Amino acid sequence: MNSIYEAYQSLSILERMLAFLVLAPFVGGLLAGIDRKLSARLQGRYGPPVRQPFYDVLKLLRKERIVVNKFQDFNIVLLFFFTVFSGALFFAGANLLLTIFSLALAGTFFILGGFSVGSPYNHLGAERELIQMVSYEPMVILMAVGMYQVAGTFKVADLVLQQKPLILYLPGVFAGFLYILTIKFRKSPFDLSMSHHAHQEIVRGMTTEFSGPALALIEVTHWYENVLLLGMVYLFFGFNPWVALVVTVATFLFEIFIDMNYARVKWQLTLASSWLFTAVAGVSNIIVLNFMK
Amino acid sequence: MGWFRRSPWVLHYNATSCNGCDTEVIVSLTPLYDLERFGIINTGNPKHADILLATGSVNEKSVQVLKNLYEQMPNPKVVVAVGICATSGCVFQDCYNVQGGVDKVLPVDVYVPGCAARPESIIDGVLKACDILEEKYAQRKKSSIGSQP
Repeated sequence: MNSIYEAYQSLSILERMLAFLVLAPFVGGLLAGIDRKLSARLQGRYGPPVRQPFYDVLKLLRKERIVVNKFQDFNIVLLFFFTVFSGALFFAGANLLLTIFSLALAGTFFILGGFSVGSPYNHLGAERELIQMVSYEPMVILMAVGMYQVAGTFKVADLVLQQKPLILYLPGVFAGFLYILTIKFRKSPFDLSMSHHAHQEIVRGMTTEFSGPALALIEVTHWYENVLLLGMVYLFFGFNPWVALVVTVATFLFEIFIDMNYARVKWQLTLASSWLFTAVAGVSNIIVLNFMK
Repeated sequence: MGWFRRSPWVLHYNATSCNGCDTEVIVSLTPLYDLERFGIINTGNPKHADILLATGSVNEKSVQVLKNLYEQMPNPKVVVAVGICATSGCVFQDCYNVQGGVDKVLPVDVYVPGCAARPESIIDGVLKACDILEEKYAQRKKSSIGSQP
């Protein structure tokens, strides 16, 4: 069991980052393909082949590039860069807080990209994405705070090697994180800004005015982000790699299941319920931990 | 390499159709016919689409809209005229209010006859359009390579 961690520790930081950079799109793309296939089967259809997201991205890279202004695609490049940077930091074992802030910056550039074009659909999608970010950011930061309270460190490399199971000390934080994970994965009921399954929700929302290579880059960035988020779920169960892997896969399947079962809600309900859940589950867990020390 | 054949994204526009062909297009996405197993997504956004499915025999106001949608689609792109109204105007051919088919407005690549066009015919037409997409892409690549110094 510990041989996985020994192999991981034998790699230098640069090698770990490189491994993430190269392997994550394949894992993320396969996850997206499994998502579409499973969703189709749950709906009684056959669904596309599992490698469909790769075909989509390769096709999009061959399309003509149409831009409205010169700034919009630069936002997507920055989104890609900061998301990959967050993921590389996380899997190299660096500071968890820096990872979270870098991810928030990436999201900000995505929103800027949405606002950079004059289309009202883009603006609506970008406003909804802003509200989504406001809904989930408190819980993500509380997760880092909770882990610091239990382990005394923000470093991912130390957190994953903790002997005491983080999940036993942070059940509320984990529950809250699971709740907002639906928003981060862009799944129903919280897929307000650009839905993967509802193909015409405000005409593709924030990504309406992006075509060809920019759209391919957005898709690949989502793959990196999904791998990073599942890595954060893994961190809660880091004391046992096999349990952690099983729980990570189960979380992903759980998100697909929730996606299939619930219809999209309005932004008021997204914001209110996320904050309520954060307060009840997350904050109370932190307070209890504080008194336990 | 055939990526357009494996992932064609469709934009569906109704230019004064009676909605019969439109219903059949939407029905193709339901579990009985399931277009998504070919990787086809019905996107409502011309900037994301490869194939424009046009139904109906095009009146005056639709002319501007069709041209607008067609120009927004990035190359390579294909137009499929779905239904006999979009192909030639059918019984409305000589009417004063319609143009008489989509090919009076846009360059149509695939014609799918029928009233209403059956989902199997529509799927056949879309798959034929995918092959034409591949040819157009190959032509664009050849011409762009040829024009480089």
